[in-house]
Amino acid sequence: MIPQNPIVPFFVIIPLAGAFVTAFIGKRFKRLPDLLGFVSTLGCLLLSVAAVWLVRRGGVLVYSVGAWKPPVGIAMVLDGLTAFMLVTVNLVACLVVVFSVDYMKRFTSKWKFYTLFLLMLAGMNGVVATGDLFNLFVFLEIASVASYALVAFGTEKEELEAAFKYAVMGTVASLFVLLGIVFLYSYTSTLNMADMAVVLAAKGPSDIVLLVSVLFLMGFGLKAALVPFHAWLPDAHPSAPAPISAMLSGVLIKSLGVYALCRIFYNVLGMTPKVAELFLFLGALSMVIGVFLAIGQWDLKRLLAYHSISQIGYVVLGLGLATPLGVLGGLFHLFNHSVFKSLLFLNSGSLEHATGTRDLQKMGGLMEKMPVTGATNLVASMSIAGIPPFNGFWSKLLIIIAAVQAGRMGYAFWAVLASLLTLASFTKVMKYAFFGTARKAWEGVTEAPFFMRCAMVLLALICMAGGVLLVPGVREAFLSRAAADVMEGLHYGVSVFRCVG
Amino acid sequence: MILYILCLTLFCVGLYGILRKRNIIKIIVGLIIADYAVNLFFVLVGYRWEGRSPIYASDADILNMVDPLPQAVVLTSIVIGLATTALLVALAMRIYGKYGTFDITKIRELRG
Repeated sequence: MIPQNPIVPFFVIIPLAGAFVTAFIGKRFKRLPDLLGFVSTLGCLLLSVAAVWLVRRGGVLVYSVGAWKPPVGIAMVLDGLTAFMLVTVNLVACLVVVFSVDYMKRFTSKWKFYTLFLLMLAGMNGVVATGDLFNLFVFLEIASVASYALVAFGTEKEELEAAFKYAVMGTVASLFVLLGIVFLYSYTSTLNMADMAVVLAAKGPSDIVLLVSVLFLMGFGLKAALVPFHAWLPDAHPSAPAPISAMLSGVLIKSLGVYALCRIFYNVLGMTPKVAELFLFLGALSMVIGVFLAIGQWDLKRLLAYHSISQIGYVVLGLGLATPLGVLGGLFHLFNHSVFKSLLFLNSGSLEHATGTRDLQKMGGLMEKMPVTGATNLVASMSIAGIPPFNGFWSKLLIIIAAVQAGRMGYAFWAVLASLLTLASFTKVMKYAFFGTARKAWEGVTEAPFFMRCAMVLLALICMAGGVLLVPGVREAFLSRAAADVMEGLHYGVSVFRCVG
Repeated sequence: MILYILCLTLFCVGLYGILRKRNIIKIIVGLIIADYAVNLFFVLVGYRWEGRSPIYASDADILNMVDPLPQAVVLTSIVIGLATTALLVALAMRIYGKYGTFDITKIRELRG
């Protein structure tokens, strides 16, 4: 009998309690929402680092909610993949809160922002930590509903339109996910993911599983903005305030989309060559189409949003290779992308804060006026384009090597091509926004306030040091463990039940 | 069988509303219908013919009972649907305030 480890539910409890307290008394005290937001995200971050250590030491942690043992009760499962996602989500959330302290002064009612923000965080942590399929749907909806509201936060014409479009698409996606869950329940008579894996492994392949695969691919594919389902993303992500764009592009599409796809297809349904082929195809399609659409954009945030589609393509491509190195590369790219893409969105927020525009053609010569923003943006641009010492290079290299090893030369070629086009479009961003002749209009422009600079510099440092995660010793604890948990496939069910406390 | 087909029809009616209607309110109604169809389907999955509620009493002899789990789960799902609908309606009200119309072909500030 292993004793219950009570750490797991705190990833949901802390942000949820933070949201509740902020909603009640945040209005009366001016500084309180900032403080509460920072304290709860920092708490989650520290806990998630502790979780990585615990998983490395003691294997999978299972928490039975209300002491009802799975498969009857709801379980929360903390394995390598979950710990990895929790670190990614909470790291970005914590730095985004630091950035928001100064940035959100432009909006009235900061406390509403923090309430929704923490609610979204609770949803994301819940999706990642839960071991029950219906519970996953509930947390998915919590995170989604909070994000619809956050996209509309500015309540201007464009924001409302984007939020409406996003909400309709997101709700339809959730319906497909729910429909998939219904079919799976009727087939396996259980909602517990580990139990489902055991039952499905015993029953073998069937047409129902194929139907469910299609439904989940549509539902989670819409949430992850893979190419045939991407139409909402370039509207929704730029319309939100910059910290929220950073959260949406950085971690929301990953925890709700890619993580869920990865967990369900690898660990619950079992990865088949057909599905892996589909992953590869959708990944490559997103990668190339995303970057082609991005390169012609003049709105900075819209350009970044299209790049999110493209970079998600890399992650899905890595996962679709279904080799240990491919999965490792995909997950590493997921972490790297959430760091540099949130940094890029925060930079765009800093530019908008200073100049009031997002149009690249109206900017120019801002490097002298805003050295910190310029330098961090340069670091992030080089990371996303895959220039050697930065983190983006290592993960793209791993994915391409894995593709070559798996004998997928065509996909490796597309990955290299998309990387070159990414470089081209970020050269454009740097040239038009930061270099070139300074315009008269920007003479009075000043650098971003202290907290905004702080967040950007920290993220840039992580971008530069990202390669360290591949050093033997660090890699085993963080990345290899997550990749191993993905690759264990249907064995997931057995290993969870072994650890039920 | 006929019940399942009717349920599918309901879902298709909802999808038709989402995809083909131009009025924002009608799109929202379409979403609600599709949502209800999925919930109905979930309850149908747990239903047994001639089944009764699974409440144990000393004098009752239960031979055939319905599956209670889908009912509990659908209750949660309905509440989630309510939250989403409330948010969508609130957005629709603000959109009407800004644009003065519910027609999505006239609400086109964004490209693509």
